[in-house]
Amino acid sequence: MNVALFATCLADHYFAEAAADAVRLLRHLGCRVAFPEDQTCCGQPAYNAGRRREAARMASHAIDVFQGAEAVVLPSGSCAAMVKKFYAQIAGERAGEAGDLASRTWELGEFLVRRLGVTRLGRGLAGRRVAVHQGCHALRELRLETEPETLLTGAGAIVAPWEAGDECCGFGGLFSVKMTDVSAAMADRKLDTLPDVDWLVSGDGGCLLQLEGRSRARGLGVECVHLATALWRGVRDGDGVSEGKEDARS
Amino acid sequence: MRVRSNEYRTRSREIVRREPEVREAVTGATLAFDEMRRRGYAKVEADRWRRWAEAVKNHLLTHLDDYLAEAEAKLSASGAQVHWAADARQAREIVIGIAADASVRSVVKGKSMATEEIDLNPALEAAGIETCETDLGEYILQLLDEPPSHILGPAIHKSLAQVRRLFSDRLGTPADGHPDALARAARRVLRKAFLRADMGITGANFVVAETGTVALIENEGNIRLATSLPRVHVVLAGIEKLLPRMSDLAGFLQLTARAGTGQPTGCFVTLVQGPATRRADAEGAGNVRDDGPEEVHIVFLDNGRSAVLEHEHAWETLRCVRCGACLNACPVYRQTGGHAYGWVYSGPIGSVLDPGLLGLEEAMPLPFASSLCGACYDACPVRIPIPELLVRWREEAQERGLTPISERAALSVLAGAATRPGVFRLAGKAGARLGGGTVAKALPMLREWTRDRAAPRPSPRTFRELWRDGIE
Repeated sequence: MNVALFATCLADHYFAEAAADAVRLLRHLGCRVAFPEDQTCCGQPAYNAGRRREAARMASHAIDVFQGAEAVVLPSGSCAAMVKKFYAQIAGERAGEAGDLASRTWELGEFLVRRLGVTRLGRGLAGRRVAVHQGCHALRELRLETEPETLLTGAGAIVAPWEAGDECCGFGGLFSVKMTDVSAAMADRKLDTLPDVDWLVSGDGGCLLQLEGRSRARGLGVECVHLATALWRGVRDGDGVSEGKEDARS
Repeated sequence: MRVRSNEYRTRSREIVRREPEVREAVTGATLAFDEMRRRGYAKVEADRWRRWAEAVKNHLLTHLDDYLAEAEAKLSASGAQVHWAADARQAREIVIGIAADASVRSVVKGKSMATEEIDLNPALEAAGIETCETDLGEYILQLLDEPPSHILGPAIHKSLAQVRRLFSDRLGTPADGHPDALARAARRVLRKAFLRADMGITGANFVVAETGTVALIENEGNIRLATSLPRVHVVLAGIEKLLPRMSDLAGFLQLTARAGTGQPTGCFVTLVQGPATRRADAEGAGNVRDDGPEEVHIVFLDNGRSAVLEHEHAWETLRCVRCGACLNACPVYRQTGGHAYGWVYSGPIGSVLDPGLLGLEEAMPLPFASSLCGACYDACPVRIPIPELLVRWREEAQERGLTPISERAALSVLAGAATRPGVFRLAGKAGARLGGGTVAKALPMLREWTRDRAAPRPSPRTFRELWRDGIE
């Protein structure tokens, strides 16, 4: 399987190691990974802010960059939802191409579970307690309700129930800047209900910036880890045995 | 009530920072309501019901003039008097006029957001008419002279401790009174008001066009009394409250109750079919009146709804059945309650409905008071695509220059760079690395971010650099 990585802006600059871990993970599972260097922003910040035309230009650029890629994988549910759900709505005369790109695009965890059928990832996280923050777009736009937990469990982690696990962290891009007090209060609701865990794991860099930033400001010291990094640790520190329904080498 | 939506940022900040008890009360109550809604939905084929309800309301809204004419004919045939109010002022004048004609001195009210929308209570008081809210939550707020903060639970932002203090001061209940005792104390006051009242004023959950039936859902029994004890009953209903057929009502009563509270249906459902009829008594003589009011009036309220119906996107908000499910599901609403939104309709539905009813300028920045998490859409019984409508209002705000110029400039720069990969790489790297430093503190956006959060830590090397060096 040939995978083109759509790294996303936040991963490029703030979670570079997580994006690298996604590459390692995909290679470990037999994928050939490419990184088209002309990629830029998926356009979600512009779309959410109400700059539809600008977002459409960015979508059009991404359609060009990822033309012909067998599978496009993003280590972000939010950006993946932008490509998969919203491109077709804003792409105008390129809606057909946008739909085609959407059908080839996957959020990382979604790709591992639904496309590669991964059920086991090395078990290197054996005994590690984690809580999963479900990014809103992964959860409610892409309906990825169980994928992160399936993968983390497959890597050996113990996933703790979290009362506020599927509630928004308050990031929302521009929202966290415009409505900063309400946004921080939303992060507090997450942090105040967080069970006693080693890691808070999420597949979305934006949510991690928000939760980690708020945790550090309050001196809580919650360790926030990107899903790609958590899963790669499972492989790296494990027995090297991973299982899925499909051999990605084919 | 005076529209204060423009003050959302400062008011939400004040509530979050200075009124932790509001956040605690609202969070607790809405989480409980939302959980009940989930359970209520899980017991039925909620998604099919929701699609059905969406289709019924869409049909209604695309044939609204026909159904309004049918409703008027059927209501009139059953003896009810139908009035049309183009705006809030007209609606107030109609209600005051009805009260004057019937020599009304005392009014009891059922909970109605429409009456809040038209500022009815101050107008009644100004006309010298004693006005008593009879929903327990509304009664509490009337004592406090506060507007409701939630469609369904108007006093949701109040803690038990606050109500105890209030009732102790005003009704003489013990300082540690049990909630049942507090409710009993309120009931003693309200029963007297019911018996004294000449007129009952309610909203309407639904008005069935086919039969001219007004349907009301409640849990306290106060609406049943307000519609049956006083000699005059006035219904204030938005024009979008219609349902085409009686058979639609059965589904909507159940779906609305499940969405709002998870109940199979309200504890009381009152169907109003015109005034009480007069008939001959058993001996065939005299004139006996059945129980119920002598006069029933329906005031259909437009107040911006026709304009919303014409709007390319916002018309979908007119499907709203005012169940409050989106408020309960909303993590943004949960932090502040409804008062921060500055008008009658708050939370997710307020943020997309208010710009239509009030005009976008008046409602700014409500379309931006959302993280677009999508929980509201999952909860909505009539599938109003609230996140999508929020984005549409944001587009309109951008087009009309209602957002800060610095923000528009920043987004233009981003979009310009994003189609030029070379520029994007350089600008991105510079931007991220400035983010943590002292320069950042001069940028308004980052200053806001870092007031409550530690500055984000950029990766030592970008992913592009890692990729070029080769990832092991």
